Amino acid sequence: MSLLEVRDLRVSFGRRKIEAVRGVDFEIAEGQRLGLIGESGSGKTVTALALMGLLPENATATGSVRLRGSEIIGAPEAALARLRGDAVSMVFQEPMTALDPTMRVGRQVAEVLRLHQGAESGPARERVVSMLAEVGLTDPTRIADAYPHQLSGGQRQRVILAMALINSPDLVVCDEPTTALDVTVQALVLQKLDEVLTASGAACLFISHDLAVVSQVCDQVLVMLDGEVVEAGTVAELFTNAKHPYTRGLVATARLDQTRPGQRLPTVEDFYAPGTQVGGPQ
Amino acid sequence: MTEPLYRAEQLTRRYRNGGTEVLALDHVDLTIEPGRRLGIVGESGSGKSTLVRLLAGLDRPTSGRIWFEGTEITTLPERRLGFLRAAVQMVFQDPRSSLNPRMRVGEIITEPLRSRLVRRQLPDGIDHATRLAEVLEAVDLPADSGGRYPHEFSGGQRQRIAIARALAPKPEILIADEPVSALDVSVRAQVLNLLTDLVAAQGLTLIVVSHDLMVVRHLCDQLAVMRAGRIVEQGDTETVYTQPGTDYTRALLAAIPRIRTVGQAPSR
Repeated sequence: MSLLEVRDLRVSFGRRKIEAVRGVDFEIAEGQRLGLIGESGSGKTVTALALMGLLPENATATGSVRLRGSEIIGAPEAALARLRGDAVSMVFQEPMTALDPTMRVGRQVAEVLRLHQGAESGPARERVVSMLAEVGLTDPTRIADAYPHQLSGGQRQRVILAMALINSPDLVVCDEPTTALDVTVQALVLQKLDEVLTASGAACLFISHDLAVVSQVCDQVLVMLDGEVVEAGTVAELFTNAKHPYTRGLVATARLDQTRPGQRLPTVEDFYAPGTQVGGPQ
Repeated sequence: MTEPLYRAEQLTRRYRNGGTEVLALDHVDLTIEPGRRLGIVGESGSGKSTLVRLLAGLDRPTSGRIWFEGTEITTLPERRLGFLRAAVQMVFQDPRSSLNPRMRVGEIITEPLRSRLVRRQLPDGIDHATRLAEVLEAVDLPADSGGRYPHEFSGGQRQRIAIARALAPKPEILIADEPVSALDVSVRAQVLNLLTDLVAAQGLTLIVVSHDLMVVRHLCDQLAVMRAGRIVEQGDTETVYTQPGTDYTRALLAAIPRIRTVGQAPSR
């Protein structure tokens, strides 16, 4: 049995039932890292929210999402709350909005621990400081006593990473975790994510619009387009031998270094025109 | 020798942030010749946005001087900066926040033409509707876009609207501050192609601020690397890329995410 099994997941919004996710199937094994790429509006974030039971109230989800065999779709909120932060946790794009600006970050990380493990505050503090050190924050004691605004973007994102990992979840869902960061900080955060995932053995679903970023953490990738998974494979396969024209377009646009400066860059439209029917593998 | 487009000497900008003083720009010298494409790279807080805001006349230096086409702009009062406002236009990072959501796209694009300061610099009888149609065509947006609102457009299209607005008063210089970093990779190529074409077709001088060295390499022939308020390296783009002269530039280059496949050593 896989850690996570998603079967014919469909999510629609509002009274008009506009489908954002249209029949998605995939699995994640224990410790496996799966990348999910696609552009804005392709349904990647909605898929992630469905896995966490975090869809907004106007959304309707059908199909099946099983985490360790227990069904998420339609599960009561109390059961979902126990799962979140314990069996599965999430790292969002914008660290400033995911942290409470009025609370010292150490307390915020400790709260996750207390909620799920009922830890005492003394030992909790030690766990928090060692977790902050694990995600590569130098001077973790000082960081634990700081407020979010006193930290840089990269430090904040690593605090979020510490929060996501402190309960040793089986699965960490990362949604564009480095998109708001500088390239140098992005490289550091990706490296730390890689290290802590390796150390904890947690599985990861890593969402990004950038194939190069996904390839830093994952070997297996799903490509989403208009609510459907149009291709799945290893980074190497997609990169050298993509089957779907849209994937070929994504690969081509991701590589600025393949075009001479000033020359026209390839676009997705050169490979795939939206709305066209695509036959089988070409 | 002809006068450079921009000449900046010993530019320094200090801010007070609460009780602490921040030195955002530290004695920067810079010359920009007309028709060049200059990229300014560095991390958040390196001073790159502060520098271009000073060049655009949106902020004043604490000390130091800037000449634009031989005229010193650092001492001029706002009411006499009309020539600069017409000649220099900016495109910002996030078109969601830089476009007024309550204005129709047509009003947004022609707004610079209605500015009292800029108006006096424009040729008499410039027709707003004609100019709107011209710039919409230049950025490849449908001719009927003017009557719609920004939220009806995708992220890439909104950045085209921002570029159309910048082009409206026929500027000589386009300053783009992180023009594609809020966009999907798939849309990025389109906007970069558009910028390349426009700069060539209209003979613009381009200044691009970015933390993404690949974007700057693609767009620019000259490069300035900034760190902690100073320009630490400067030169011809290809030379800086292929033979970086400082460890800092080498670190920036090494941080660019590259597609990594199984069996390949990590690129970091």
